[in-house]
Amino acid sequence: MSGLLEVSGISVTFDGFRAINNLSFSIGAAELRAVIGPNGAGKTTFMDIVTGKTRPDGGRVLWGERSIDLLKLDEAQIAREGIGRKFQRPTVFEDQTVAENLMMALKAHRSPWRVLFWKPAGADHARVEELAVQVGLGEALARKSGELSHGQKQWLEIGMLLAQEPRLLLVDEPAAGMTLAEREQTTSLLVDLAKTHAVVVVEHDMDFVRRLNCKVTVLHEGSVLAEGSLDHVTANQQVIEVYLGR
Amino acid sequence: MTQGFLSKNPSVLIFLSALAIFTLVITFLSNAYGAELISTSMVKTLGKTLCLCLIAIAMDLVWGYMGILSLGHFAFFGLGGYMVGMWLMYARTRDIVMQSSAGLPLTPQELSDAIASQIFGVVGTSELPAIWAFAGSLPFQLALVLLVPGLLALVFGWLAFRSRVTGVYLSILTQAMTLALALYLFQNDSGLRGNNGLSGLQNIPGLAWAGQDRLSVWFLWASALALGLGYLAAAFTVSGKFGSVMRAIRDDEARVRFLGYPVEGYKLFVFTLTALIAAIAGALYYPQAGIINPAEIAPIASIYLAVWVAIGGRGRLWGAVLGAAFVSLVSTWFTGGRAPDLNLGFYTVKWVDWWQVLLGLSFVMVTLFAPKGLSGLVDMFDGLRPPQRRGAPLGPDDGALQEREAQE
Amino acid sequence: MRRLLLALAASFALAMPVHAQEAPPQSPVTAEAPLTGLAAVIAENAKSIAKPSRKTIGPIIAAIGAAGPGAPEFLEAWADKRLGERKSDNGIFLVESKGSVYLLSDPVTGALMGEAPRKEISEIKPNAGVRGLIAAALIEFQLSDANIAKRRAALVALSRDGGAEHLAPLAASIPTEPDAEIKAEKERLLGLLTIRYGESSADRVAAIESFGADLGLDFRASLNPLLATTRRAFEGAPEGNVAQELRPGKPGFTAEEAYDLLVAENRAPARLTRADLRAALEAHIENGAVAGIPLAELDTPARRDEAYDALEAAGLVPAAATDAEVAETVAAHRYAEIYAEPDAAVTTAAAAALKSVSFKVEAMQGADLALDALSLASIYFLAAIGLAVTFGVMRVINMAHGEFITMGAYTGYVVQLYISDYTLSILVALPLAFAVTFAAGVAMERLVIRHLVRRPLETLLATFGISIALQQLFKNIFGTQARPLTAPEWLDGAWVLNDIVGISYIRIAIFVLALIFLGLFLFVMSRTRLGLEVRAVTQNPSMAASMGINPDKINMLTFGLGSGIAGIAGVAIGLFAKVTSELGADYIVQSFMTVVVGGVGNIWGTLAGASLVGGLQKGIEALNPSNTLAAQTYMILFIIIFIQFRPRGIIALKGRAAGD
Repeated sequence: MSGLLEVSGISVTFDGFRAINNLSFSIGAAELRAVIGPNGAGKTTFMDIVTGKTRPDGGRVLWGERSIDLLKLDEAQIAREGIGRKFQRPTVFEDQTVAENLMMALKAHRSPWRVLFWKPAGADHARVEELAVQVGLGEALARKSGELSHGQKQWLEIGMLLAQEPRLLLVDEPAAGMTLAEREQTTSLLVDLAKTHAVVVVEHDMDFVRRLNCKVTVLHEGSVLAEGSLDHVTANQQVIEVYLGR
Repeated sequence: MTQGFLSKNPSVLIFLSALAIFTLVITFLSNAYGAELISTSMVKTLGKTLCLCLIAIAMDLVWGYMGILSLGHFAFFGLGGYMVGMWLMYARTRDIVMQSSAGLPLTPQELSDAIASQIFGVVGTSELPAIWAFAGSLPFQLALVLLVPGLLALVFGWLAFRSRVTGVYLSILTQAMTLALALYLFQNDSGLRGNNGLSGLQNIPGLAWAGQDRLSVWFLWASALALGLGYLAAAFTVSGKFGSVMRAIRDDEARVRFLGYPVEGYKLFVFTLTALIAAIAGALYYPQAGIINPAEIAPIASIYLAVWVAIGGRGRLWGAVLGAAFVSLVSTWFTGGRAPDLNLGFYTVKWVDWWQVLLGLSFVMVTLFAPKGLSGLVDMFDGLRPPQRRGAPLGPDDGALQEREAQE
Repeated sequence: MRRLLLALAASFALAMPVHAQEAPPQSPVTAEAPLTGLAAVIAENAKSIAKPSRKTIGPIIAAIGAAGPGAPEFLEAWADKRLGERKSDNGIFLVESKGSVYLLSDPVTGALMGEAPRKEISEIKPNAGVRGLIAAALIEFQLSDANIAKRRAALVALSRDGGAEHLAPLAASIPTEPDAEIKAEKERLLGLLTIRYGESSADRVAAIESFGADLGLDFRASLNPLLATTRRAFEGAPEGNVAQELRPGKPGFTAEEAYDLLVAENRAPARLTRADLRAALEAHIENGAVAGIPLAELDTPARRDEAYDALEAAGLVPAAATDAEVAETVAAHRYAEIYAEPDAAVTTAAAAALKSVSFKVEAMQGADLALDALSLASIYFLAAIGLAVTFGVMRVINMAHGEFITMGAYTGYVVQLYISDYTLSILVALPLAFAVTFAAGVAMERLVIRHLVRRPLETLLATFGISIALQQLFKNIFGTQARPLTAPEWLDGAWVLNDIVGISYIRIAIFVLALIFLGLFLFVMSRTRLGLEVRAVTQNPSMAASMGINPDKINMLTFGLGSGIAGIAGVAIGLFAKVTSELGADYIVQSFMTVVVGGVGNIWGTLAGASLVGGLQKGIEALNPSNTLAAQTYMILFIIIFIQFRPRGIIALKGRAAGD
């Protein structure tokens, strides 16, 4: 029970359809975890619940050392608690420059009054630049993010995620639309991050998951089917049935 | 800080200089201080236009930058006008009553009774309603100019944003609020003289000696000052990270939430701030107009405000100012009967009758063909082109409702 | 007992001819034939008729009344002062002044009998009391007149100002009344008159109780005056039929009011009002001061009182009651509300009856309110359904929807310019209005809305631009004054259940129209290909498109449909509202509210929204009937609060179907 995030017994029903069924999940403060599962297994809904987008019908989601009940917080509060999320489809603010996007994500006070009179210090500019370089957008700081390519947007979003300095990163299909080299880069970035952060990666691509070399949780029909190393779960008869059998 | 802010936003300096030059030119052409080339009523019209530009800035902040199409900002404008109008009417009536009283000096009770029967004779009561308790005090009433609309915006905004009503629903809701307020004020027992409204506001108590010629110029100065300060404040708000967050909320508020920003708080902040700007604009407008009644608050006025901002070009402050000034002045010109009739041979177009049709249609045209409004034309001259957008459309207005739908 | 008297009088009249023989030959009624019937009675009582006295004339009027043909006419002439007496022989004639002579006619047959100089005739002028008796006797005739219209007229006259004297004739006319309806009316009237004028308190109480909890306005109108009270002050115990005793200082009866009552009854001197005080002081200004107090200081009530006391001490102004005196005087009296009706048994029965009636009246008013709300809801439903359809399918708010309603109403007006038969014109106008607004809607969709797809706020503003243009266009074409859109005659009038519950036929027709549209809509949506496609586009436009449905076509059709329904709603609304260019705008906000409250994408939501908005508006109006503006204000406030709890409306699409 020393986990950073403790999810226990949550269920969600959409119009009679059970998207999440008595799901329990836990992750430590510095751990990399891959969540896999077929379409409709409830991966995205699970993330929605943790980030406050969807309210579960029952169950508990506890966070951090003080065991804060995340179900009582809204999305923004959860984000401020230190949970960052990268969406499946890159969602950056296309009307604004890369620098503005990163600056907005930069860890700082979030209340309107503080933000209104907030002025970026030299360190903030330096940090933005550093992040941009890290995600390969060092040259594109002044460009509108709407002009970026799909892959660049993915990177920008990862950069924004890093700028938030969250303790837990929820990363939804980070490799989609990336070149092979970029995938490698992403893998090493995530593995690096997991030394100090909790990272949950949702992914379809088994090769990518294998490269992450971490504990894997298999979701099926809204609940955990198997958990363990990739080799362990791929050897599981049920998992094989779910993935290959039908 | 201001140094850096102004140097980073040259358009603010340009705007402020233009405003100052405009004010000076009008002053030197006015009856009171110069060449007597511009009539006092024209000065008043220009002063009023400056106030309308100010509320257009408020609208641009809340709509152009934040994506909340409020159809209620004229309610705040009107409330500001009412608050200042109460003092103007009360103080002026008090002067009249004091002058006309003979014999014994009046007791406070007699004085307030006499004022009440003067003001409220038209609606058939002679009691001073409780909301007029502070009407005798200018500082109090000026505080109410900000307090009443501010509180209304705060309460309404809190209710509306808390329930995460967005898009078209929110617009309808703000329209409903405005309608409710207007209907309330239309009643005779609302305490604000029903559909008679407040009148004689152009006579400023204690300044009767100055005459309308000078007063009109003074109000022009005050309006220009307010517009300048409002522009500065708005430019400051939208320039930094706050402006970044505002535009981000407009484009994808759900995403902003996941960055940790309390979206509802921002909306409430901007909604209330713009309500205050609108209230100040109203408080300066109605002493120049001379009369305020509930019809001014009707939802249609706020919709016109959106029209001005859209025609001027939203998402830029000077575009909103331009739109408000242009459309309201042209509208005054057409509806004032000064525009020459257009003889088509088989039919004579009287602009008084056809101006609305023209406005409505040109508005449709602007929405269809020039979403950036008049300021978009300026871009074309500058050779600027909007950035090519790729990927999934998530622009300012794209499917805002659909996104909201997706959240349930 | 009265009847016995009449019978006696009749037999007396039968005995007349014997006496008539002795009448002088110059009598207008010629002596050749024996006098019979009325003529005989007149001759017999000529002196009394000429100088009637209220006390003694009763039996004679009764005798005349019973004398047969000609009696009512004779009585009428008598009461109208058209009779005269010939001085020479005391003969009674109908007289008519003509120049210097009177024309004389036979009082029984009305036949002209010659003329007489003025001085020979004295006109007979019965006093008011006698005329009252005659009128009462006349009513009796009218009540049993062979002409049914006259009987009805007499009843109407009686119900307006019947009196004690009409009780007997009314009662007498009931057994012989041939018409059942009039008989029932007579019995009801008799009861009402007995309540007010019945001789014994038992009669009156019985009459009150016979009505039970009757809902008629006339019944309540007879009860209310019985229960009218006045406030009175007494030195000792209250006298008279006390409704309730009042204690000063309690809510509803302040010490101030008690003192005012004493002043009004001249039991205490009036208090000094502020105006009087001011006038008194102003009358005694000397050298810029009153009683030594400088004028400038007299701007507080305390200083003024001081000045007045000083003047009072100097004897210059009358003494005014002090507060202590006022309190003492108030305490020295007792106060009560006294019934104007002295009979306690009657007031008790009346109060009980009124209580049970008002309970029933409230229930009925509730029913009436429900009917009103239903009719308002069906209007909102008609006005909002088109809006809901377009919003549901296209997520587009059409601000010009109100102008489409107006367009429908004007279409009806124009049709009536060419077709004068109202029934036919309405039958033509309904489909025509649909066609016109359908075309307008389709045009608007193709020209404007299609190009603003997925930009709902801009669509809202663009349609608003169309709305202001259309509104002004209507003004330019049709002028600003209201145009008539007349309902056919068979829709005039109202369905009336009783004095409280009623609803006009037009509203019923609109309700039926709303039902028809509900049915039609349900049919189209669930049973036709179009409905299937519309539902598909509503739920998932891109999926629908990939299934081969053309969303553009569906959007166009839906928009046209929604606009067309608006046109029909316009005709319906125009039938009872003024057709002006602002007709639609008056309903548009309520329509928005209906859609917002009801939720999107489901006709039942619109129905629920319309019922809620209509019911709410009528309900609030009923709580505060004097102020419909306030009702609308509160309704909108309620809706803003309502949205807090159901931001997606009453019936909302849920879950992933809402668009994930």
